Amino acid sequence: MYKIAVLGDRDSVLGFKALGLDVFPVKNREEGRQRLHRLARENYAIIYMTEQLAAGLEADIARYKDEVVPAVILIPGKGGSLGIGMSNVTKSVERAVGADIL
Amino acid sequence: MPATTVNPTRMELTRLKGRLRTAIRGHKLLKDKRDELMKQFMDVVRENRTVRAKVEQSLMRAHASFTVASALMSTKMLEQSLLYPKQSVELDMSFQNIMSVEVPVYRFQTKNQDPGDVYPYGFAATSGSLDDAVDALSEVFQDMLKLAQIEKASQLLAEEIEKTRRRVNALEYVMIPTMEENIKYITMKLDENERASTIRLMKVKDMLLKEAIEAKREQEASAIKAFEEKSGAPDEG
Repeated sequence: MYKIAVLGDRDSVLGFKALGLDVFPVKNREEGRQRLHRLARENYAIIYMTEQLAAGLEADIARYKDEVVPAVILIPGKGGSLGIGMSNVTKSVERAVGADIL
Repeated sequence: MPATTVNPTRMELTRLKGRLRTAIRGHKLLKDKRDELMKQFMDVVRENRTVRAKVEQSLMRAHASFTVASALMSTKMLEQSLLYPKQSVELDMSFQNIMSVEVPVYRFQTKNQDPGDVYPYGFAATSGSLDDAVDALSEVFQDMLKLAQIEKASQLLAEEIEKTRRRVNALEYVMIPTMEENIKYITMKLDENERASTIRLMKVKDMLLKEAIEAKREQEASAIKAFEEKSGAPDEG
């Protein structure tokens, strides 16, 4: 059985606790980075991460991009969507096709 | 000239021709694989975009309700309300094979089956906005799971397409032309050798003929001389 984690600033992720997901509020980027790598080693198949936190951790997230487990999925935090998640979709198209054709 | 040194032998030529055949066949197969992957990938990515847009929108609504709730309630109360969830989620993962790319498929099970009973707190001390937020989150959760599945699939497919594309290009623009050039080089070299040996034979034959003619001439000359000597002696005598 796998688990689902939610990673981000306290106010953005607290609500997910009601759904029964494992919530890990982090205060700063460094803590987020360590938490992300630790969760990836544990039994977490999906790690939701706020875009605000992900903004400085591109390299760390890219490490799990080609792995089947875990899936690191960006979600907008409390501050609104930064468009990083959407641009990642575009990036994967560019990676596959060589140009953004959508 | 080929970039690497190849032995211009018949054996090498046969080997190279076999390799070229395999390379061309592999190239065709990989190209088909790339095209099919691309087709699948475009579908997945399109869905990814729509699901992501939907999730982001719904999440923003949930966040808005949550912000209102956290403004109406004290931080301590809010945390206390959410501290012990009623609900728990277990995730089951299986794999789906898209063109030999293993893509995860998630299935989740909630411990609490009743969707109306997700609030882990009493209603007396909490704001209605918190209910809205939790409601919105539990609604969007289905889509979030779908998003995770699709996004992972699109990432894995993108990686596979990139790999396949590189292989196709390497075969098409490097391997196959090099091999063709090597084969051409060997054929030319072998033809050249053959011509050389023909010429050599002709030369040798020429030389032999010349020698034979010379020998014949010498023989004839000496015969004439002998004849002259024989017939000339009585004239003088």
